[in-house]
Amino acid sequence: MAVKFFVHHEKDTVGVAVADIKAGETATGWVMDTDNEITVTAINDIPLGHKIALCDISAGDTVIKYGESIGKTTQAVKKGEHVHIHNLKTARW
Amino acid sequence: MTLKFMGYRRENGRVGVRNHVVILPLDDISNACAEAVANNVKGTIALPHHFGRLQFGRDLELFFRQLIGIGSNPNVAACVVIGIESSHWTTRVAEGIAKTGKPVAMFGIERYGDFNTIERASRKAKEFVHWASELQREECEIADLVVSVKCGESDTTSGLAANPTVGKVVERLTAAGASCSFGETTELTGGEHIVAARMRTPELRDKFMALFNDYQALIMREEADLLGSQPTQGNIIGGLTTIEEKALGNIQKIGNCMVDGVLESAEYIPPRTGKLWFMDTSSAAAEAVTLWAAGGAVIHLFPTGQGNVVGNPIVPVIKLTANPITVSTMSEHIDVDVSGVLRRELTLDQAADKLMDMIIRTANGRLTSAEVLGHREFVINKLYRSA
Repeated sequence: MAVKFFVHHEKDTVGVAVADIKAGETATGWVMDTDNEITVTAINDIPLGHKIALCDISAGDTVIKYGESIGKTTQAVKKGEHVHIHNLKTARW
Repeated sequence: MTLKFMGYRRENGRVGVRNHVVILPLDDISNACAEAVANNVKGTIALPHHFGRLQFGRDLELFFRQLIGIGSNPNVAACVVIGIESSHWTTRVAEGIAKTGKPVAMFGIERYGDFNTIERASRKAKEFVHWASELQREECEIADLVVSVKCGESDTTSGLAANPTVGKVVERLTAAGASCSFGETTELTGGEHIVAARMRTPELRDKFMALFNDYQALIMREEADLLGSQPTQGNIIGGLTTIEEKALGNIQKIGNCMVDGVLESAEYIPPRTGKLWFMDTSSAAAEAVTLWAAGGAVIHLFPTGQGNVVGNPIVPVIKLTANPITVSTMSEHIDVDVSGVLRRELTLDQAADKLMDMIIRTANGRLTSAEVLGHREFVINKLYRSA
């Protein structure tokens, strides 16, 4: 099965699509730092380069990528959901 | 892999990979003259810009560092400086460049007018071109290279592959004795703690954080909301959501290197240090590359996601991307395609091999995509308005 998304760090709560993922598709992801594979079923279409939630994330929780905070959710996010400007905001500005 | 290349060793021992004869206007109103000379004398390049009048204080000092630095860059064989006044400022720039030992000539327009100045400057420029065209490349070590790195129109593929490829190359270049430099002060927001932790000494860490906090304070003072410009619309289309995410991707470009120096904008980057230097720069591509060119970088590595097209008149800008859409839709801008990393056909080490190979080829004289396409963005950085 071709890998459809990469995960930088094993602690990350989002992965990055390296090919377009369709809603309903069970996609395989590659965790780069541990060289593991995981699968997630996409709730939305995830275009190449966009993020997919790897677990349920509560509203206001920190989203982790590269093992670091990339901001906070503005609403609850379900595993497999598209994560972008509609549900994630910087914690800095 | 060969770690040697054929470069131009200048009078002061510095090594260039290009052999430009530059016609450098001191100020905005000397641009017409400089461009006329460059049009008369083939093999020269004029560097028109918008400033150089009534600047003062730190802004003026930054202006001089940029102009003197550009003329002093080892990619420049010889330089003709033209200013409206033949006195103080024009002299300061010409004499600053002449310290490298390279041929420099200076012309003032007042009391002569454009026609007479163009004729005199053209005759001198022609002499310089004949001289420069007979200079021979000689064998140089990769340690002689000064390489700057900055990404643009980034997306998540930059953080996954193109930037880590540059990071591995920065590790290799510094290990081979070359000097490398990174910057983009504001775009480190969210990753500044990681960069701070890489500073070799507490003094460097304090200096870096002072520059970083200065910029944050400027944003606060202007009551600016950088949401809307950071991340940019291009970043967002590419999947980047927040400045933190962008910053964490950005700093992949320094690999696992420690940082051994913190430089002001356009400050001289010492060659052959085997070290990585932070330079305080804007994150706007043309402004930042201009600062590194003034600091003495002879090659710039530019990873892009969505496809930034920037170049520089005197420094070859090598573009790489991992985004397969950019590879297919903007192929004329891309020197190194590392999109195979996303398909797991290419490891990051193999991608770094490809980029190292392109650095050597470029140093040997291969023109980059930006050079072939005529991208000569030269943008003087300014701190505040003139008097």
